Amino acid sequence: MKTLTLSFTLNGVPTSVAIDPAERLLDTLRYSLGLTGTKEGCGEGECGACTVYLDGLPVNSCLVPTYQVRGRSVETVEALDPRALTPFEGAGATQCGACTPGVVMTAMWVSAHRELLGTHTIRELMAGNLCRCTGYDGIADSIRAVLGERA
Amino acid sequence: MTVLLPRREREALELLASHSGNAVPIAGGTDLLVQWPERLEEHGKTYLDLSALTALKPLRWTADELILGGLTTYWDVIQEPRVREEFPLLVDAARQVGAIQIQARGTWAGNIVNASPAADGVPVLMAYDAIVVLESLGAREEVPLDRFYLGYKEMRRRSDQLVVAIRIPRRRYAYSVFEKVGSRRAQAIAKLGLAVTQSEAGWRVVAASLAPTVRRCPAIEGLLEERAPVRGPDDLLPAIDRDVSPIDDIRSTAHYRRSVMARLLYDDLRGRCGWP
Repeated sequence: MKTLTLSFTLNGVPTSVAIDPAERLLDTLRYSLGLTGTKEGCGEGECGACTVYLDGLPVNSCLVPTYQVRGRSVETVEALDPRALTPFEGAGATQCGACTPGVVMTAMWVSAHRELLGTHTIRELMAGNLCRCTGYDGIADSIRAVLGERA
Repeated sequence: MTVLLPRREREALELLASHSGNAVPIAGGTDLLVQWPERLEEHGKTYLDLSALTALKPLRWTADELILGGLTTYWDVIQEPRVREEFPLLVDAARQVGAIQIQARGTWAGNIVNASPAADGVPVLMAYDAIVVLESLGAREEVPLDRFYLGYKEMRRRSDQLVVAIRIPRRRYAYSVFEKVGSRRAQAIAKLGLAVTQSEAGWRVVAASLAPTVRRCPAIEGLLEERAPVRGPDDLLPAIDRDVSPIDDIRSTAHYRRSVMARLLYDDLRGRCGWP
């Protein structure tokens, strides 16, 4: 039952949506707003396939009750420039594709916050995105390529 | 399912009081939403959303304390360079809670009231003598974290109380270490956890995943205070057996947990304590 209406900013656009209070952000995005780029993997905050940005930080949308995004900013993989994918395609960082939207979201956040590499490794920052096909070397190499570093 | 959406702390406390214990406060949701869709019984529940109480988010420094807000996240702590300098175990533990997606949402207060014996944040807070600040309508109560738990998932928080802050005394620490043993380095739940500090207030040894609650280990602390001779990990076992009661479960065995606790303690402390 949709009993709550809330407003938030979705990919830069003011958005209103009616929700069931039990709804997860992942479901609202996919089933009410038609943004199916965000994938459900584990549904329990482990795999990172459903990663979106909430007020600029990567979060698992399967663990966000939709009512908590009222008045806030949500960005999904649909907001990324499609060219952002190119380094990943070239480096063996994609295979079946289930993890890719989440991987790319976290990777783009890392590349936009280069200062984090003063305290963190790429692998630690990417630890919340599981990939069962490629191993992680291709993913780490792609991020280094995006950062303009030697792969 | 019903959700209450207070905008201010006072409104939240009024709602908690008027729902006489039936409203579950929700902050980052990283524990409460796991397996959410499968839990049909959740649909009869009432949640009290704390996410609009932004005044509870920042951490603060005073002359003699670091004060975490009720909504301060792991990432907030990781991002604050002064915490790394004065309370390095907070950062060490925070970086081992899931990864950024969980660190950005999970709160220290939530880690305390989730009351998991395998918590990562609780052992380091306890090793720094943290105090839990509980607010209800017209009353404030402060409970030292090492006296907060009464049993498995039982704690000294009444259902009309909200954890609004966590106070951590600033001291000079001569020694500190945090260990988390899991099946792998990232995204793991602890098979056991250990936090040890030494300051002018004495030794603190805190064990996680070794008892029904995260707890201090007074027998081991006593042995360290007395500078008792320790010739190897096995010499620590009698004290460990007085302090904790590990069990076999899905993540590990009692035998493994007890042996690894002894070896971690011995290996970490031998340099500091002059053990052979």
